[in-house]
Amino acid sequence: MHVYILRRLILMIPVLLGLTVIVFLIMSLIPGDPALAILGSYATPENVAKLRADLGLDKTMIEQYWIWLTNMVQGDFGRSYSLNRPVLDEILERFGATLILAGTSLVLCTIFGLLTGVVSAVRQYGWADKTLTFAVLIGISIPSFWLGLLLMMFFAVELRWLPVSGMYAIYGGGDLPDLIRHLILPSVTLAVVATGIIARLTRSNMLEVLRQDFIRTARAKGLDENRVIYRHAFKAALVNVIPVIGVQAGFVLGGAVYIETVFQWPGIGRMLVNAISTRDILLVQGGVVLVAGSYVLFNLFADVIQHLLDPRVKA
Amino acid sequence: MTSTAVTGPNSNPHTNAKKRSARPSAFKLLARNQLALMGAVILALVVLIVIITPILPLPDPDATDPAQRLLRPLADGHFLGTDHLGRDLLSRLIWGTRVSLAVGISASLVAALFGSAIGIISGYFGGRTDNIMMRGIDMLMAFPYILLALAIVAALGPGLMNALYAIAVVNIPFFARNIRGVTVGIAHREFVDAAKLSGKGHIRIILTEILPNVMPVIVITISTTVGWMILETAGLSFLGLGAQPPQADLGSMLGEGRKLITTAMHLSAIPGAMIFVLVMSINLLGDGIRDVLDPRLKSGALARPAPLTRIDRTDEGAGTTYSDDTVLAVDELRTEFVLGDDSYKAVGGVSFHVGKNECVGLVGESGSGKSVTALSLLGLVASPPGTIVGGRVMFDGKDVYGMSEDDVRDIRGGKAAYVFQDPLSTLHPLFSIGDQLVEAIRAHNAVSYKDAWAKAVELLGMVRIPNPKSRADNYPHQLSGGMRQRVGIAMALANEPRLIIADEPTTALDVTVQAQILKLMNNLRNDHGTSVLFITHDFGVVSEICDRVAVMYAGRIVEMGTTEQVLHHPAHPYTKRLIDCVPRLGEPDRRTSAIPGLPPAVNNLPAGCAFADRCDRVEDACRVGSIAFDDLGEGHGVRCIKPMEGADV
Repeated sequence: MHVYILRRLILMIPVLLGLTVIVFLIMSLIPGDPALAILGSYATPENVAKLRADLGLDKTMIEQYWIWLTNMVQGDFGRSYSLNRPVLDEILERFGATLILAGTSLVLCTIFGLLTGVVSAVRQYGWADKTLTFAVLIGISIPSFWLGLLLMMFFAVELRWLPVSGMYAIYGGGDLPDLIRHLILPSVTLAVVATGIIARLTRSNMLEVLRQDFIRTARAKGLDENRVIYRHAFKAALVNVIPVIGVQAGFVLGGAVYIETVFQWPGIGRMLVNAISTRDILLVQGGVVLVAGSYVLFNLFADVIQHLLDPRVKA
Repeated sequence: MTSTAVTGPNSNPHTNAKKRSARPSAFKLLARNQLALMGAVILALVVLIVIITPILPLPDPDATDPAQRLLRPLADGHFLGTDHLGRDLLSRLIWGTRVSLAVGISASLVAALFGSAIGIISGYFGGRTDNIMMRGIDMLMAFPYILLALAIVAALGPGLMNALYAIAVVNIPFFARNIRGVTVGIAHREFVDAAKLSGKGHIRIILTEILPNVMPVIVITISTTVGWMILETAGLSFLGLGAQPPQADLGSMLGEGRKLITTAMHLSAIPGAMIFVLVMSINLLGDGIRDVLDPRLKSGALARPAPLTRIDRTDEGAGTTYSDDTVLAVDELRTEFVLGDDSYKAVGGVSFHVGKNECVGLVGESGSGKSVTALSLLGLVASPPGTIVGGRVMFDGKDVYGMSEDDVRDIRGGKAAYVFQDPLSTLHPLFSIGDQLVEAIRAHNAVSYKDAWAKAVELLGMVRIPNPKSRADNYPHQLSGGMRQRVGIAMALANEPRLIIADEPTTALDVTVQAQILKLMNNLRNDHGTSVLFITHDFGVVSEICDRVAVMYAGRIVEMGTTEQVLHHPAHPYTKRLIDCVPRLGEPDRRTSAIPGLPPAVNNLPAGCAFADRCDRVEDACRVGSIAFDDLGEGHGVRCIKPMEGADV
């Protein structure tokens, strides 16, 4: 087991490196000269040349990448010019809020996705299955940013059951119940699509597994149907669904961009959108690397769980 | 569908061909799927409106009119109202839909073009090219979906075209992976090799041989992703990173409307609803297309098997009575598989009995219905599509098909236990064998887990598994085939059953292991006084273990008698041919001849004898009416009008 985790951790390094290369390459697509962009079109050529040297722009691409990478490894993500503070401080602070939101959503979509899928498979072609299947289809077709607005209008503005936006109440808030009240609408909205995807996959996997020979064996043993379905079939289906839950972490982290914007959640997604509008490239770079890196870690986590459940997966 | 020969009708090539012809055309299937049809109609309507937008009598979508700002829907002259600048919302909605649809489809096509190119090249050339390209694709997939698009837009700057590129790039890996998979399957097929040998260049082969074959997959992939693409580009526009004013798509309309959500909700509700309707209709249609193209769905093969085979009997057997020590009596059992309008009579009226401590062999080719018979006994035939349509199974004097589900479950693994053919697929891969034995024990006895575990270890020892204590912790994949079958037998013995139904338990094993297993079963039978119903296609096995034999052909028993009678004096020509198929040790010159032809399809049985077409003694009378099962005396019986007399084998 430890060997497996260690091996996976080592295999993660090239993926993380590749990830930084891609981010670096994308950022080098930016048209024009950054030095000129910072100094404005009236800058003297000497000043431009000096700034270019300061920024390392006179070096080769590979040298620039290496400097950027080594700085990042040492915790230096540069300085955000729009916020005038270190990028690392900003993204770590924001990332905490995103993790709370995305983590809650991931838990919700896993629970409800599995539940929906299993019920749907067990009641195949019954009314429960038809209703759930249709609901799932709606869930994966509905624009999450629109759904968020509708829920906000209904539950927060109309019924006033829940706060409209933000992470904590401005006055007197800040404790856990306050956070949970603020978390409900955005986390539910964010979970909808992923729930649908997990539910669909669980349903088809359950149906696939229920036709397997070992299910017939379980029945031939005289096990009662609940045990056959919830122990034998579900465990075998779960092993196939777990990697997809890992992938859903990516959808949830990405989808957080919309939801954070709709609900004014102070997470990294909203920060990224603002940073793109203000062309704060260092902030974008840092944020993307951090989120993508954590996604890689999460997938590793999903693999380890699958490994624990399935004795056939070789170390 | 792999292990037991006839759990479903798919194993027979005849029935397969028949089934395909019975399948309605793709369009009919699609039309029958009401949801898909609804999606198609809505989508067609939207596309039509979008195409004729320029000639529709709509006001200019960008014409502002501050006097008419923020009108509610159904206002005079503005069906859907106006926005904060007094622009007509209906006109903006239709023009916006046009943009959104165009961008979504274009992004799909761009992603399809590049993704398919990468996939085809990678799959066709394989080796290092494949490795490098796929590692690159993996890197792209290491990003959370929309994040990469954001990074690209961040670099290129906000704008509709840039959003299109970003969404397309993000979806390239999906296409590349799908198409690569299909290409790998095609790249080594004969027609590609032939093209290579004929001297065609790689580019020509890819364009003329590979591309036409992967095209359907590309189209399906587009149909499943285009909805996503529309959603995601709308999302970028919603964030203000896509369409820039005055240009508007549905996403940017929603984004603008959001700012006024508390004062004029229709500004965000309407464009959002439009995105939803558009994506939903595409997904409905896409799902419908996928269902049609996946033939398994309609055959009922994907349907969830019920815990008990469906019982819909038109009769309850002939009411034959048996002596008191009869453990199992099967009386005119009939099991059918219903697929569409066809019904396959897998078991067409089978009668036999198994006495106390007796071993009865049920012999026949693949597709003869022997496994379905075995599974029917305790209602384990997958249903749908299986149904027990007639007859009776008496176990311990009680009609199994008249029992409640709970009572049948009580017998299963309790008084009657199964041993299946392929123990790798019939044991649960994710539970240790000890756990699986414990489950079998505790299903019928209220004992603690610890006691059950001790019993499980004891059972493993009983079936001669070395080191049973440590082996109990093993998973099925860690055992050899023979060991796994021993586990299967141990599981059957868990509750000291009166009857063991063994469905080809030795078929998947090699000969020496086969002999060990047979010896084991024989010993256990003698020690515990258990009765055995032994299903096999192998007369060699029959001669070693069975007291009596029933030979099945096309769903019916054609001959039955003691092993001595049937093996040495076969009365049915089929039995004789079957025995001739068995090679004998020390007689290398003896000809083992295969039986020419194939068994008839059980959905279309001929009148008279089902074996007539393959029989070299056939007469006209063989093809008329139904052939009765005649008693030859001393418990020997045959279903043949001209039984072979005194045939010595």
